[in-house]
Amino acid sequence: MKKQKQKLTEKAFAVLTWGAAALTLGTLAFLIAFILIRGIPHLKPSLFAWEYTSENVSLLPAFVTTAEITLLSLLIAVPLGVFSAIFLTEYAKRGNKAVALVRLTAETLSGIPSIVYGLFGWLFFVTSLKWGFSLLSGAVTLSIMILPLIMRSAEEALKAVPDTYREGAFGLGAGKLRMVFRVALPAAMPGILAGVILAVGRIVGETAALIYTAGTVAQIAPSPMASARTLSVHMYALSSEGLFMNESYATAVVLLLLVAGINALSGFIAKRLGGKGERQGGE
Amino acid sequence: MKDKSIFEIKSLDLFYGNFQALKSINMELAGGEITAFIGPSGCGKSTLLKTLNRMNDLVEGCRITGTVRLMGQDVYGGMDVNLLRRRVGMVFQKPNPFPMSVYDNIAFGPRTHGVKKKSALDSVVEKSLRDAAIWDEVKDRLKKPALALSGGQQQRLCIARALAVGPEVLLMDEPTSALDPISTGKIEELLLQLREEYSIVIVTHNMQQATRVSDRTAFFLLGEVVEYAKTETMFSMPKDKRTEDYITGRFG
Ligand SMILES: Nc1ncnc2c1ncn2[C@@H]1O[C@H](COP(=O)(O)OP(=O)(O)O)[C@@H](O)[C@H]1O
Ligand SMILES: [Mg+2]
Repeated sequence: MKKQKQKLTEKAFAVLTWGAAALTLGTLAFLIAFILIRGIPHLKPSLFAWEYTSENVSLLPAFVTTAEITLLSLLIAVPLGVFSAIFLTEYAKRGNKAVALVRLTAETLSGIPSIVYGLFGWLFFVTSLKWGFSLLSGAVTLSIMILPLIMRSAEEALKAVPDTYREGAFGLGAGKLRMVFRVALPAAMPGILAGVILAVGRIVGETAALIYTAGTVAQIAPSPMASARTLSVHMYALSSEGLFMNESYATAVVLLLLVAGINALSGFIAKRLGGKGERQGGE
Repeated sequence: MKDKSIFEIKSLDLFYGNFQALKSINMELAGGEITAFIGPSGCGKSTLLKTLNRMNDLVEGCRITGTVRLMGQDVYGGMDVNLLRRRVGMVFQKPNPFPMSVYDNIAFGPRTHGVKKKSALDSVVEKSLRDAAIWDEVKDRLKKPALALSGGQQQRLCIARALAVGPEVLLMDEPTSALDPISTGKIEELLLQLREEYSIVIVTHNMQQATRVSDRTAFFLLGEVVEYAKTETMFSMPKDKRTEDYITGRFG
């Protein structure tokens, strides 16, 4: 009797988990199929024209802007985040008050909705510093947004580097700087890159924080002090205007492919870098 | 170098925080010889070994009084610690090659100390690998990752890496404890060859190993050196009752 009941629960649970998985996969497949079916027929060459005009809502300028903002944000956030992580793991003494504070700050920052970053960026960079709606305002705001992510992933990656590597380097007469840059950092590189790629994903998908800081101009920015929109913002603008829904779906397809490409790249890099170091034994 | 004392340790006390791990150690380590540190675990063998190249500097809360002299120079008195570690190399318990190629592992030390020329690096890499008796096994895979080697090969690679900076002394902390008997045999054979050119201090938990490779043995107990003598003498006629109990297997 009891056994039978147990068997029944097990079966119910199996059905439940299977169902959850199927629902997840189904929703995702439906979403992707929906976007592809609605978008692909409208992927015309004219969408990749250099100029955006009110008749031809080309997405190429937004594509270029996405690349620019991503690069600029990474340029600021990656060195800052990685260096803070190096300080936290390699230089700060255990039980250091500053470490706890930096960690708490990072944790808090990573939970804040992006619109809050947008408002801050608007108040501080756009208005107070008078940078206006510009690539620079947008990129600096986003770099603050991704900084905690970069820092945490770099810190975790450095912490995962075995101390025996550090001892080995010191034992050969290497100084701390050399140990960090030639041994610890290269060993941590796959983990750091994984964090960077997650950050790229967040930048590419961001809209709220950018609308308030980089603005929505649909042309390629002539200078870092000019406004421009990324693909996500472009798509948001098209669909909220409601005049170019087809082009909006086409843009979604490009965005989807871009994100898929970034994911594939991250997998490839992780495999290349990880496969080198982690293998043990052999022979 | 032979018979001349290379390390001179005088009334050395070492504390980890409030815990005293070494108690008034006095000993001279002879050059051109292999000295073995034996004793039950937790009695301070690794700790004393690490005071010789100041790896203890890395341990927070580690405090030392007394003196350690390397060929007459005070190790804890203003000596450049990186130069000290170049003269006194170390091989660790678990093989710890860096996650880079065989070549880059060996070249790491020389590069650290300013060797940049490719030809100079090439020759020091080859010589070190030959001296560590692993050249034939890796000469065709110098560009391959060192972590793909077997455990025994990795440990000989680490010995080669230590040799590449041209040390005078090699410190080895249970270098074979993570290896199989065949790899252990190879390393012991290697040690006897290396004795011709280097002074070696080896920590071992294996008394047979001490008798096979060492010239002198120091027996440790609870942070003290109970007895320090020629290995033959120590194992045939131990002076101290505690030494006798340990080497006859009555505890440990
Ligand atoms: N980093 C450290 N901090 C505090 N205590 C330590 C540390 N390293 C070793 N000890 C203690 O010092 C004693 C000697 O350790 P160790 O030299 O490693 O012994 P052995 O190598 O003989 O096994 C042990 O009691 C150990 O717990
Ligand atoms: Mg030990």
